[in-house]
Amino acid sequence: MMQQLSSNFLLVAFFLYLASTILFAVSITGRRFKNKEGEEKNKSGLLGYIASILAVIASLLYFIFRWIAAGHAPVSNMFEYTTFLGICMAVAFVIIYPIYKNNYLGIFTMPIVMLIIAYASMFPGELQPLIPALQSNWLTIHVITVALGQGILAIGFAGGLLYLIRVVDFTKTSKKVKGVEFILFCIFCTVAYIMLGMGFGAADYEAQFNYVNENGVEAVMGYPMPPLIGPNEGERISEGFEPFLSTPAIIRSNDLNTVIWSILGGLVLYWGLRLIIRKPIGGLIQPLLKSVNPQSVDELSYRAIAIGFPVFTLGGLIFAMIWAQIAWTRFWGWDPKEVWALITFLFYAAYLHLRLSRGWHGEKSAWLCVIGFALIMFNLIFVNLVIAGLHSYAF
Amino acid sequence: MEKVKCDCGHVNPYGTYLCESCGKPQMEDNQTLVDMRYEGVARRSQTYRKTFIDKIWNFFSSVKVGIWIIVLLLIASAIGTIFPQEMYLPPGERAAIYYEQEYGILGKLYFQLGLHNMYSSWWYLLLIASLGVSLVICSLDRVVPLHRALKTQRVKRHTSFLNRQRLFSKSDDVIETAEEDIQKAEKALREKKYKIYKEDGNLLAEKYRFSRWGPYVNHVGLIIFLVGCMLRFFPAMYIDENIWIREGEEVVIRGTDGEYFLRNDQFIVEYYDEEDERFRDSFERTGGQPVVETYQTSATLLKKVDTGTVGVGTELEEVKQYDIRVNDPLTFEGFSLYQVDYKLNELAEFTFTIESNLDDYNGDLSNISFEVDLYNPEMVYELDGGYRVEIFQYFPNFYINNRGEPDTRNRIPDNPRFIFEVFSPEVDHEEERGELSLVGVQINEPLVDEGEVNDYSIRMIDVDMNHVTALTVRRDRTLPILFVGGTIFMIGLIQGSYWHHRRIWLQNRKGVIWVAGHANKNWHGLKKDIEFIIEGTSIPMPEDQTDESNMIEEIEGVKGNDDATTK
Ligand code: HEM
Repeated sequence: MMQQLSSNFLLVAFFLYLASTILFAVSITGRRFKNKEGEEKNKSGLLGYIASILAVIASLLYFIFRWIAAGHAPVSNMFEYTTFLGICMAVAFVIIYPIYKNNYLGIFTMPIVMLIIAYASMFPGELQPLIPALQSNWLTIHVITVALGQGILAIGFAGGLLYLIRVVDFTKTSKKVKGVEFILFCIFCTVAYIMLGMGFGAADYEAQFNYVNENGVEAVMGYPMPPLIGPNEGERISEGFEPFLSTPAIIRSNDLNTVIWSILGGLVLYWGLRLIIRKPIGGLIQPLLKSVNPQSVDELSYRAIAIGFPVFTLGGLIFAMIWAQIAWTRFWGWDPKEVWALITFLFYAAYLHLRLSRGWHGEKSAWLCVIGFALIMFNLIFVNLVIAGLHSYAF
Repeated sequence: MEKVKCDCGHVNPYGTYLCESCGKPQMEDNQTLVDMRYEGVARRSQTYRKTFIDKIWNFFSSVKVGIWIIVLLLIASAIGTIFPQEMYLPPGERAAIYYEQEYGILGKLYFQLGLHNMYSSWWYLLLIASLGVSLVICSLDRVVPLHRALKTQRVKRHTSFLNRQRLFSKSDDVIETAEEDIQKAEKALREKKYKIYKEDGNLLAEKYRFSRWGPYVNHVGLIIFLVGCMLRFFPAMYIDENIWIREGEEVVIRGTDGEYFLRNDQFIVEYYDEEDERFRDSFERTGGQPVVETYQTSATLLKKVDTGTVGVGTELEEVKQYDIRVNDPLTFEGFSLYQVDYKLNELAEFTFTIESNLDDYNGDLSNISFEVDLYNPEMVYELDGGYRVEIFQYFPNFYINNRGEPDTRNRIPDNPRFIFEVFSPEVDHEEERGELSLVGVQINEPLVDEGEVNDYSIRMIDVDMNHVTALTVRRDRTLPILFVGGTIFMIGLIQGSYWHHRRIWLQNRKGVIWVAGHANKNWHGLKKDIEFIIEGTSIPMPEDQTDESNMIEEIEGVKGNDDATTK
């Protein structure tokens, strides 16, 4: 019952984030039509903000009810953590928006929040029991603080991306244009992954293989998407075509296969759109951002990072060490997850020091915000799922 | 080095860029705005550049070098995660073979470069050490002069200090109401919790100066933290031991010099209820394997007490009982005992009986039995009817060693074998030999010459098993230092990140109002403050002098000068 309630709130929240995105979009594009009396202000920015507040409230209700249902904080597997990260980004937006009242930030933040939550829903979402190592209040405190810190840092990314699309010259091809287009392409791949995942999931697709795993033992592997590449010495059990290639045993071929599908999907979406508009996607968005003041966006994303850095440090290093001392007997063990938290910390520390010198404001700084977010995502996805260490969540 | 006297009369140290007192630029440069970094004070690193020590000092005080150190650490740390570090290899694997076997040529290279133990390699430690040195030097280089400059700053600033601030404006004409306007602004400033300093009609409003010390506080915290980490190189600073305790057993806690003992009263593993509605979907998906809910050792901590009389055996006193679980260690006197491992159903005790192999035997051996404790067996068993069994040899974990002899791997009874010597009542155990046989689980071989048999054999009739718990004993004396360092670091970080130093200068120059503002960051907040205080007055809103020029700088790719490169 509680769980059902919680899922419903998440769904409601998702649509409210969508509503907020649309309202913010109207607030910048609709201004010209609505300006009847010359003075009348466009209210949709404010409405967009209100929608985002309601969305955050609904998200927090999801969180609370799921907590009650499971008996532990819902941050203990990929679905739960990733969803919470999305929520935290929205929370950070709700806190930072009133300072700068920048509607453009809303159009950039809300879709990213939606994308993160949709991505989370690709992971198994049922309640899971907690193994003893994860039963700790310190773990809860640690994870919640880290997510909040990363959510705030992610606003820095939204600001950085906004800055780049605003200032980069899209009429000429350059490295910068390619860079921005690459970021957008990655976003398209994520969209493709979610769409394909939902499509094949709805169709209950599964391909099965007998294969020989990395320990030389025969095993069975399931593919959630049609197998373009097969496992080591794989033999298809289910009906269907044979894969074009097979991979060595140490590679988890079904995951790699999903990655390939996502990239292909991303390419289709990206080039499809480009063929229609006949210019870089960034160039399509840029005219909408004419009235953005680059300097204030630069300051905004710097502020977000200056606010997020202490929160991230507290959660990702200090609380993490306290928990590690209690759970693993040592506060630090050079486990990949720990190291990547340290790397993220060092990266943002370098960023803050670079900001002390003048040449690193503006565009360079915006690129750093993007890279920082890439590190956070790398940490979430790659380190959790691929370089499995102590912290990798159970599936 | 000579001191430099400013027009205002203040004597500044050599190398000063902005007069510490009135703010007049002391060196000509072509920039439109004054460089407010560190208040334009003279820093050692910018002033002395002669001796070897100066060079070292200057090297480590440069932010550029600091950033390089941070970036190198970052890259190195990332490299260390490409393949698992040696300590995370599966138990029993040898690094020299493992990396090549698992990861091919790259793995081999990784191993040969020593990257499999990177975080304790000399060069990684050297990087951390240079970070520490850099932190100390860069902070000292700046904090003292910065402190002095902020303390001695005067309210009245030079015009060329004011008009070259990023936020600046002055009224076009003489304002009649200048005096009242400034008074009004002053009231508003007080409302905004600014501290006001006045000097013949000039006004300086300042707040959150303490945030300027944030970076230095956090650097100090980091330095303390690094010192704490370094102390771990002294083995006396911490203890890291493992103990295995069987149920019912009492062992000395290693590292406590025989002061403390621990008894394992009970060890349990609890599983989640498979009927639990909440987790039904999860159990279904993972194939119904039981999921552990708790590992727990119910333990009693005992302390040796001095009975007072010398030579009389020591006594143990119960100190406390505690249920040690994962995430819930037992702590006492700086020690912590952690639940880390366990073994269920370890062999604990065998019960044997004697059987006769003689056809014409008519005695009754049926109620003869003896129990052998596998951890700590007694060597001699005197049995009913005058029988006697001696343990000739005991192999708790039996194997045949590479000389072809029976041997034991360790003292853990994973594969216990005994060589028993049996003496029947007729045999005098002091004079004669008994019959030898090798006995273990499913094993019973008489040790006799070819073709002969023993008169008696020993047969196992019962087995008793036991749970064993593994605990880690830790005491880490560096923890308090690390904790203090971490706390100071966080305080400094918050201090410098959530408050920003803001200053507003207001001057009434014969009826013309000059306004300038400076914030070390968060200009947005400062602008809002100024908007607030000039409301209802005729004080002009300062313009942001970087608004346009910043863009030009971006487009032309003009590099701002890092303070390390300033001439
Ligand atoms: C991982 C190590 C380090 C961390 C976490 C760290 C952290 C910080 C932080 C958070 C700030 C404040 C920045 C801001 O408010 O925008 C700061 C400022 C500063 N740091 Fe570091 N720092 C580190 C290493 C260093 C090193 C090695 C140097 C030496 C070159 C250095 C030199 C400075 C300087 C000069 C400032 C500016 C001080 C001021 O504004 O008065 N830092 N540091």
